[in-house]
Amino acid sequence: MNNLRWRILLTVGIIGACLWAIIPPAQKIRLGLDLKGGVHLVLKVNTDDALRLDAETTAESLRTDLEKAGVTGAAVEATGPTELRVTGLQPGQDAALRQAATTLVPMWDRESGVGGGYVFRMRLARQTQLRDEAVRQAQDTIERRVNELGVAEPVVARHGGAQGDQLLVQLPGVSDVARAKEIIRSTAMLELKLVEQGPASSKEGLLAATGGQVPPHGQVLPGLQTGSDGRAETVYYLLGKAPIVTGRDLRNAKPTLDEFNQPAVHFSLNPEGARKFGKATGDNVGRQLAIVLDNQVRSAPRIDERITDEGRITGGFTQQEAQDLSLVLRSGALPASLTYLEERTIGPSLGADSVRQGIVASLISLLLVTLFMLFFYKLSGVNALVALLGNLIILLGAMAYVGATMTLPGIAGFILTMGMGVDSNVLIFERIKEELEAQRGVRASINAGFSRVFVTLIDTHLSALIGAAFLFQFGTGPIRGFATTLFFGLVSNLFTSTFVSRTLFELVLSRRQVETLSI
Amino acid sequence: MQIFKNPNYDFVKYRWPALIVSWVIISVGLVVMFTKGLPLGVEFSGGTIVIVEFDKVPGIQQVRDAAGREFGGGENLVVQNYGPASDRRVMIRAPQAGREAGAELSRPAEQIQESLRTANLGNFRVVSTEIVGPVVGQDLTRKGVLAFGLSLFFILLYLWFRFQLSFAVGATLATFHDILVTLAFLVFFRFDLSLNVIAALLTMTGYSTNDTIVIFDRVRENLRSKGREGIRELVNTSINQTLNRTLITGGTAFLAVVVLYFFGGEVLKGFAFTMIVGMITGTYSSIYIAAAIVTFWPHGKGGARIAASAPLAPARSTTTARQRKAGRGARAS
Repeated sequence: MNNLRWRILLTVGIIGACLWAIIPPAQKIRLGLDLKGGVHLVLKVNTDDALRLDAETTAESLRTDLEKAGVTGAAVEATGPTELRVTGLQPGQDAALRQAATTLVPMWDRESGVGGGYVFRMRLARQTQLRDEAVRQAQDTIERRVNELGVAEPVVARHGGAQGDQLLVQLPGVSDVARAKEIIRSTAMLELKLVEQGPASSKEGLLAATGGQVPPHGQVLPGLQTGSDGRAETVYYLLGKAPIVTGRDLRNAKPTLDEFNQPAVHFSLNPEGARKFGKATGDNVGRQLAIVLDNQVRSAPRIDERITDEGRITGGFTQQEAQDLSLVLRSGALPASLTYLEERTIGPSLGADSVRQGIVASLISLLLVTLFMLFFYKLSGVNALVALLGNLIILLGAMAYVGATMTLPGIAGFILTMGMGVDSNVLIFERIKEELEAQRGVRASINAGFSRVFVTLIDTHLSALIGAAFLFQFGTGPIRGFATTLFFGLVSNLFTSTFVSRTLFELVLSRRQVETLSI
Repeated sequence: MQIFKNPNYDFVKYRWPALIVSWVIISVGLVVMFTKGLPLGVEFSGGTIVIVEFDKVPGIQQVRDAAGREFGGGENLVVQNYGPASDRRVMIRAPQAGREAGAELSRPAEQIQESLRTANLGNFRVVSTEIVGPVVGQDLTRKGVLAFGLSLFFILLYLWFRFQLSFAVGATLATFHDILVTLAFLVFFRFDLSLNVIAALLTMTGYSTNDTIVIFDRVRENLRSKGREGIRELVNTSINQTLNRTLITGGTAFLAVVVLYFFGGEVLKGFAFTMIVGMITGTYSSIYIAAAIVTFWPHGKGGARIAASAPLAPARSTTTARQRKAGRGARAS
C-alpha cells in the first residue's frame, strides 16, 4: 500500500510538472519555421577572406621590419590566403630576414626559396584558429544585426558540425526577405584613408604623376562622383594603403541628414579611434580624406581642421539605405564575405495551414485510437488511454524544458512514439489475456503480463534509442529534430506504459477483491 | 475482444512465394529508379520551388508557359496545383538554383515571379519559396546516409548481443527490404523524396524494427521452453502467438496514417503516403523477411544454441498459456 502511494505520487508529480511546463501551449511549445512561417537561411562564411587579410597584415609588418633593419629592395607580398613571398633579397641579407621574421615563426613555416627568395606558409593550427574565429565573429555580428532588426526569437547558429564554416539563420515572422538578406550579408567594411592623388576619371590619368605605377604604400580604389551634367560617374582615387581608422574604432552610427537635407550616416569614434583620427587629421589639414565603404570611396571631403571623434558619411543614400547602413556599422564589420547556400521562406499562412490540418488529423486519429482501444480492451482500454495521454504530456513537457522546437519531422517522431505507446499497451494486454486464459488469478496475470513484456519493451525501446542517438549525432537539422522527439518519446513511453499503466491496475486491485478483469 | 482465438496458420509455408513477390516489386522499382531516376526533392537535388496563391487560378498550362519564359520553356519546369483547388495555390519548381555566388542564388525565384507578373495572370502572392544550392543537398545526402547507416549498424550489433546473429541479420535485411519497397512505391506514384518523406522513412523503419523485435522476442522465449522443436515450427508458433497484437497495433497505426493522408494537408501528403506503404511492408517484412531469414539460417541442431545464448530475462515466472494447456511447459516459481 505504501509502495502504491509512492507510485501514484511519482506519476502525478512527473505528469504535473510536465503539464505545468506546457501551459499555455501557445507560448510554451516553440514551433519551427515550417509551422510558424519565416525565413530560413544557410550561409557560408568565406573564411579565406580572413586568412588573406591576416597574410596581408603580416606581409605589411614584415616589410616594415625589414626596412627598419636596413634591407631595401626586397619585396614582401601575400601571394595567397596562406602564403607570403619575399623576393629580391641581396646576398648577405638572409640573416636580417631571419631576424625580422622571428615574430612570424610560431604561426608561419619558412621555406627557403632560390635566388634570395623565401616562402612563408601559414601553419595549419593558425589557419584553423583564424577560420574558427572568423566564423564565430560572423555569427556574433549577424546576431547583433538581426537583433537590431527587431526579429523575435531569431536563431543564429553554427551549421554542419562545430568545425564547419556554415551558419544557420532563422528569422521567424520576417517577410521582407530581400532586405534581411542584404543586411545580414553586407560586409560594412568602413575605412577612412588619406587621398594621395585624385580623383581622376581614369586609372591611367591618376597614375601619370607616379609614373604609371601604384606606389608600394598606395592603392587605387573607385568611387562615385556627380559630374557637371548631374550624372553619377566613376572616378578613381590613389589612397594610402593603411587606414587611419576602421569600422572597429566606431562607437556609434546613426542616420542623419547632411547640409543639403539628404540622408546620411553620422558616426562617432571610441577614444582610441578618436586619438588616431585627431592626430592624422591635425597633421594633414588641407588634404582630402576618403571615406571608403566595402572598397568603394563614398566621398572624399577636404580636411579643414583637426577632427577628433565624429564624422559623416554622405553619398546618395535613400533613407532606408542610411538606416540600414547605420545598423550594420553599429553591429560591426563582418570578418569575411558570406555566400548564401540555401534560402527558404515559409509564408505564415502556409505554416498555419499545416498546423491546423496537423491538429485536425491528430484529433481524428486520437478519436479512432480511443474507440479501438475501448472496443478491444473495454475498461482496460481506459488505462491505456490514460497512459497514452500521460506519454503525450511528458513528451511535450520534456521538449518545452529543453527548449526544442516542434517541426514537421519532429511530429513524425511524435507519431512513431504514439504508435509505440499503443503497441506497448497492446503487448501487455494481450499477454495478460493469455495469462487469464490459463486460469491464473487476476493479480497474478497482471504481474506476469507486465514483467514478461517488460523484456520485449526494453529490446524494442533500446534499439530505437540506439537508432535515435546516431541520427542525432550524425544527422543534420530536420533529422536531428526527428531524433530529439523520438528520444524523449521513447523514454517517456517506457515510463508510462510500464510504470503508470501498472500503477493504475494496482490502484484498482487495491480497492477491492477483483474476480474478473475488464479486458 | 479477440480477433483470433488461438490462431495456428502456417505462415512459414509461404516464405518462398513471399520472397518472390518482394523481389519482383523491388526489382521493378530499381529498374524504374535507374531509368527514370529517383524523384528528389529540392532539399537534395538543389533547385528552386515557388508556391504562389492566385486570386483566381489561371490554367496550369498558362502558368507553366508564363513562368518558363526565363528557363527555355515551360517544359523545363514542374508546375502543379498545390493542395485542393479551393486553396488556389500553384507550385512551380525550377531545376537549378542560381549560382551560389552572392545574391545570385535567389535569381530563379525572382525570375519566376517577374515572369508571372508580366504575363498578367491576375493577382498573386508568394506563399513560400525554397531555394537550395547544390552544396547543401550533397551535404544533407552524405550526412543523412551516414547517420542512417550507423544507426542501422548499431541496432544490428545490439540485436546480435541480445538475440543472435541470424536475428540481427534478419531484422537488418527486413529494414533494407522495407526501404526498397517503399522507395519503389514512391517512384511508381511519383512522390518527391523530400525531407518529410525521409522523416517518414525513418519512422516506418522504426515501426518495422519494433514489429520484428516483438516476434523475435517471442521466438526467444519459446526457445527456452521448447527448444527441441525445429526452428521453423518455433518461428511459426511465435508469429501466431503475436498475431493478435500485430493486427491490433498495425491496424491502429495504419488507421492513424490513413487519416493523416486524407486530413493532414498538402505538406504531409508525401509523409503520410510513405507511412501507409511503410506500415504494410513493415508488418509483412517482420514475418516474411526477418523471421523467414531466421528459418533459413543454418542453426545446427534445433535451436539449442540460440537458447543457450539468449540472455536471461528478469522475470521468468510465466510461460505461455497454450504451453500450459498442452501440459508441456514447465511451471516455474
